[in-house]
Amino acid sequence: MAEIYSDLIPRVCVHLSVFFYVSGPESDIGGKRRAPDRTTTTTKIKKKKMSQQTVNGVPSRGKVLTLDNMNPNVKRVEYAVRGPIVQRAVQIEKELKEGVKKPFSEVIKANIGDAHAMGQKPITFLRQVLALCSYPELLEDNKFPEDAKKRAKRILQACGGHSIGAYSASQGIECVRQDVARYIEKRDGGISSNPDNIYLSTGASDAIVTMLKLLVCGEGRDRTGVMISIPQYPLYSAALADLGAVQVSYYLDEDKCWSLDVAELRRSLNAARQHCNPRVLCIINPGNPTGQVQSRQCIEDVIRFAKEEHLFLMADEVYQDNVYAEGCKFHSFKKVLFEMGPEYSSTVEMASFHSTSKCYMGECGFRGGYMEIINMDPEVKAQLTKLVSVRLCPPVPGQALLDLVVNPPQPDEPSYTTFMKERTVVLADLAEKARLTEQIFNKVPGITCNPVQGAMYTFPRITLSQKAIDKAKEEGQVPDMFYCMKLLEEEGICLVPGSGFGQREGTFHFRMTILPPTEKLKVVLHKISEFHLRFTQEFS
Amino acid sequence: MSVLQEISPNVKNMKQLEYVVLARRASQIMEELRKGARKPYSEVIDVSWGDPHRAGVKPLSFVRQVLAACLYPELVNSNKLPVDVRQRAQRLLGQCAGGSIGSYTATAGIAEIVHRVSEFITRRDGGAPSHPENIFISAGSQWALQNILKVLVNSKSSPKTGVLTPVPCHCTTTLSIMGLGAVVIPYYLSEEQGWELQVEELDRALESAKGVCNPVALYVINPGNPSGHIQRRKSIQEVIRFVSEKKLFLLADEVYQGCVYGEKSEFISYKRVLAEMGPPLSDTVELASFHSASKGFMGECGMRGGYVELINLDPDVMKYIYKLFSKDSCAPVLGQIALDLMINPPQPGDPSYPLYNVETQNIRTMLVHNVKRAFEVVNSLPGFCCQPVEGGAFAFPRLHLPPKAIQKAKEVGLQPDTFYCIRLLEEAGVLISPGCEYGQKEGTHHIRFCIMTSEVMMEELLRRLTCFHTQFMKDFS
Repeated sequence: MAEIYSDLIPRVCVHLSVFFYVSGPESDIGGKRRAPDRTTTTTKIKKKKMSQQTVNGVPSRGKVLTLDNMNPNVKRVEYAVRGPIVQRAVQIEKELKEGVKKPFSEVIKANIGDAHAMGQKPITFLRQVLALCSYPELLEDNKFPEDAKKRAKRILQACGGHSIGAYSASQGIECVRQDVARYIEKRDGGISSNPDNIYLSTGASDAIVTMLKLLVCGEGRDRTGVMISIPQYPLYSAALADLGAVQVSYYLDEDKCWSLDVAELRRSLNAARQHCNPRVLCIINPGNPTGQVQSRQCIEDVIRFAKEEHLFLMADEVYQDNVYAEGCKFHSFKKVLFEMGPEYSSTVEMASFHSTSKCYMGECGFRGGYMEIINMDPEVKAQLTKLVSVRLCPPVPGQALLDLVVNPPQPDEPSYTTFMKERTVVLADLAEKARLTEQIFNKVPGITCNPVQGAMYTFPRITLSQKAIDKAKEEGQVPDMFYCMKLLEEEGICLVPGSGFGQREGTFHFRMTILPPTEKLKVVLHKISEFHLRFTQEFS
Repeated sequence: MSVLQEISPNVKNMKQLEYVVLARRASQIMEELRKGARKPYSEVIDVSWGDPHRAGVKPLSFVRQVLAACLYPELVNSNKLPVDVRQRAQRLLGQCAGGSIGSYTATAGIAEIVHRVSEFITRRDGGAPSHPENIFISAGSQWALQNILKVLVNSKSSPKTGVLTPVPCHCTTTLSIMGLGAVVIPYYLSEEQGWELQVEELDRALESAKGVCNPVALYVINPGNPSGHIQRRKSIQEVIRFVSEKKLFLLADEVYQGCVYGEKSEFISYKRVLAEMGPPLSDTVELASFHSASKGFMGECGMRGGYVELINLDPDVMKYIYKLFSKDSCAPVLGQIALDLMINPPQPGDPSYPLYNVETQNIRTMLVHNVKRAFEVVNSLPGFCCQPVEGGAFAFPRLHLPPKAIQKAKEVGLQPDTFYCIRLLEEAGVLISPGCEYGQKEGTHHIRFCIMTSEVMMEELLRRLTCFHTQFMKDFS
């Protein structure tokens, strides 16, 4: 079947000598076979059709960098959270701005775990300290509380030239790493943490990718296999594709609240051993997109499994403060590991990841994060040091922010009351929205929603009729993309289809964030519910 | 056996930095000083990075005021900040989702900022058009460079992918190339001609790659790091013709374009020269140009803001480049804002302009002075020979080490110029970096130090260097 290319404009390059360019919204690209978009009723901006053969009037055969000679791994990279449906959403927003009439007045972007974008307010204390760090003249301003000033001074002291504009050491500012270590110790009931094992990073994603870069090696049957859940946060699949690693998928059990079963880990591992060398086990807890919070027993089982099977554990714990359900509690992998005694704590090799983008802070735009390495061979650490040096250093404001997160106002400090109030409100709101989401969705025939135990998302299962599936095929889309695209066009709600995260064959899901403000969320939930009923009706 | 004994050979092949040894010792010395140890100096001068703030250059007030107001929007209503600062912050916040710099942005950057970057490029390049869709803002220019290299380098290919890289060259790029499983094809800059790039040398380097690797790209850095050389228009044209002829992708690292000191020196961008050369070259040469908020008078290295502009790329390849950037989410928002402020500074008539003008003029004067002083002083010392520093952040003088020093270095297992640097650190409390870090002609030695420092620091640095060097040469005569 010949490739069908979208007739929306691809990103074109400027023709320098004759200044003509074709403008247009970001094209709907996804490397997927897709029929020309005839189902939408948007006013298409005047476009110039670009043939595959010529670009800027020059045969693309003449290009130095082509699809044929580019890194083949890059062609396999997909990141659904910012994929084709989001590009269509952006396009629709542009159309709305231009006055195009639609059945809705705004696009609600419930595709990305971005709390501030959905109206969540930044935590006052954090922003005060950062403003003081940015423009230290403000230290003279008595509108800023003393505890904020104290922290700002401390951070500036640790920066080169006392400026957050100086590079820091590649591993991160030392006093921040020390504070992170202390935070981890407190969190984990006193189990010691060495600042030398803390690596600050540009968001947790950067650290995750760095570890994978370090670990992935081998050729053919010896190629490193990396175990990751289905469903998973697509950074993992994207990074593995980019690195040419083998993705080894293990299924979470939807019928048991997305829990993880070691028997399934074993099955997946044994199957993978036929064709690759599985060495890494990634686990996201609390889960993304599923929201499950693993039980302590489960975490022990995973650790035992990792030890038995000689796997490096990567514990993605960026949602550690986002735990809502009764009876659920966040147990850090590190803590459980050490409580299992020296047989495990001195042998299992592990990296845990955290971030400033989620929890109660929601400061995605700062790109702050860290990883803690446990039991890493010193020689390997030297290699890791080389790797992080090519990043130069993580953004210093992100490092400063992280320092405040791990070193928040104490009960005897002036900012404490406000800080705790703001933090509590954010987390309580999320808990309420988690509950509401599950409740409303489960009322809809054809939507099954597991409890949102933690994180920021719901990943309900949707029943699609054969007729709908067939129609999707006709349109050249996977069924849940077809569903979500239709929802976007009809209601202006942007979700991410389950296919972007992985799911059991023959099942369909979508991921929606629970971040819009409660009243708006209620509207969104009802609109989706109504859409689902309409959709079911249309394709019955 | 540890799981981690098996690690990526690409990572293993990345060379270990000399800097690690020096930095570790510097840390120890600073700790010793803190604890009251007596040394001939009371603090360590760190000029090993191209980091103006670390070296005493002050941040620009306008920039920091806008950033502060973006961080803490209450300040937008405070009359303690100038009106244009508040307006700028308000405008920027309006372009952030939810009015917060804590939100993610579009993959390539906040659309309005990307647009203004393209306008800046057009202005800079005498009208040569720049299209926003070809621009990606990233967490520093090296991040964008690594993404582009990723697309170019096929780590499984045999023979390996090769990238022509200058000698000397700052290590981040060479490390990135190695880390991706590609091969560095060195081309030597001509020290005697002020570190000029000579096209014959590019030819030779390319020839040398035959049968060894598959060259796909040429990396140039202009103004040079560590060389300090600014390429002339003719040289840029030659390079463009070369890449066109040899079918290479051109990577033009231009992060130091704001750092031009020589009176007769002028930075001209590769894009501009390419555009002026007209078709067919202007339509066909595939070029990636990089810039950053880390250098120049702003020197906001810690904000991590940079961008790449991609010219004449295959649109289908561009789609994949977009996906690659998308999995990184987006560049840090403060870095994006720093970039915006750099390319759109206060204009005459704006309330912040007078102060901004004074601050930037002072920095400029200071840097020109530093360069002059460094050049004079270093060249006056026997054993040193420094090429003119036309631009960039560093001086990279040649060091003629006495045979006894070279011998001693061998005995202690150090590269000769690393040995010099360690001694300088121990005895004079100055942290610089050795030429071997950057590559140099066999048998030659160099040192690199940052000249984007406060005047006070430069004087002190030169004083200590003079003192140390004189003694060192005596000790090893």
